Amino acid sequence: MMVRNKELQVAALKNGTAIDHIPSEYLFKVVSLLGIEHLSTRVTIGYNLDSKKMGTKGIIKIADKFFEEDEINRISLIAPSVNLNIIKDFEVIEKKQVNLPDELYGLVKCNNPKCITNNEPMQTRFHVIDKDNVTLRCHYCEMKIKKEEIELL
Amino acid sequence: MNTKSLVSIVDFSKDDILRLIGTAECFERNPNRGLLEGKVCATLFFEPSTRTRLSFETAINRLGGRIIGFSDAATTSSSKGETLKDTIMMVSNYADLIIMRHYLEGAARYASEVTDIPIINAGDGANQHPSQTMLDIYSIYKTQGRLDNLQITVVGDLKYGRTVHSLIVGMSHFNPTFHFVAPEELKIPELYKHFCETNGIRYHEHTEFSEEVINLSDILYMTRVQRERFTDLIEYEKVKNVYVLRNNMLSHSKDNLKILHPLPRINEIANDVDNNPKAYYIEQARNGVFARQAIICDALGIEVVSG
Ligand SMILES: [Zn+2]
Repeated sequence: MMVRNKELQVAALKNGTAIDHIPSEYLFKVVSLLGIEHLSTRVTIGYNLDSKKMGTKGIIKIADKFFEEDEINRISLIAPSVNLNIIKDFEVIEKKQVNLPDELYGLVKCNNPKCITNNEPMQTRFHVIDKDNVTLRCHYCEMKIKKEEIELL
Repeated sequence: MNTKSLVSIVDFSKDDILRLIGTAECFERNPNRGLLEGKVCATLFFEPSTRTRLSFETAINRLGGRIIGFSDAATTSSSKGETLKDTIMMVSNYADLIIMRHYLEGAARYASEVTDIPIINAGDGANQHPSQTMLDIYSIYKTQGRLDNLQITVVGDLKYGRTVHSLIVGMSHFNPTFHFVAPEELKIPELYKHFCETNGIRYHEHTEFSEEVINLSDILYMTRVQRERFTDLIEYEKVKNVYVLRNNMLSHSKDNLKILHPLPRINEIANDVDNNPKAYYIEQARNGVFARQAIICDALGIEVVSG
């Protein structure tokens, strides 16, 4: 057995993706953002696990699933510090961080009640205008939203 | 997504603005041209605005175009729950151009994404009203003979006044100095101060509407101070008569000073200013037709030859 990472021993993955360091309070939000409930492959979810860095954390291990960049970047808004371990034949072959994309589609609700996106059956769209401070601008009504005001759909 | 639409003043570069001013001048010399012969323009006013609609429809009529549309959403299928997308796609089957005003912010941007025909935004809620900005800039150009290096004083509601916000963005290409005169509750948002700073635009904030600031201005842009903007009505009572321009305040102003106002006014410009040759707000509205003729031709890719 070549499992080097102790954390992965909880339920070793042969092939797939392990998402680590998810803030506990966002674990199930991450599950739904990634559409994990629709997968038919084997998924292990660890909730309220001990973490030196974070107090408690969540882990998701998904067999035979490798995410596309823009798929996984959807979670960067709520869990910017997660680690992605790409596993092949029980080995971590790649470690990835998530990045806040330049634009967010269908992820964030516009806080402006008079925005067209809150009144028409359509997808929201935001431009990330400040990646460090996480400031968004609605593509439609042009209103700016600060990090602490962000509400996910 | 179509690229000929005009949704927001930020869609216009400096060159676009200068080109449109040149075209508006052509229309001022000769407004009646058959450039829209055989074209159908839709004016969709989901929110009534007689002033803006008449200005656009005059522009279309003077260009020889035909008009379809509505002036109030209460009479349309959108009042029966039809989506904006469906209305826009339906009208796109009939018209070559859509001019729309809507009470929701972002409506025009969204409309421009669901159709291939050009959309001109005639106001989307509190967000954008770019043809107003173009007529303001055209008025500044006409009265000053230039756009560069002007001292522009804006007075009144600088917090919610979208015409002011768009004017700052539109004039930012021309090295202006702004004087923002407003009561504490309605002062210019941080966002626009930040915009000025990042674009190297000088600005000064004043709470007092003094002759001193009037006397150094080339343009005095007055706006309404509306009661409904105030959370504290005592505050409103205190300031409602403070940001009012009276004729005797103009006695030491510059010769080239012109007074602009997006209209309608309430009491912020006293009637005794109307006869002062520096009052320009009525002619300013007339410029709206020329600016809109220029915008319409630009959106349709129609070349306007001078003469
Ligand atoms: Zn919005």
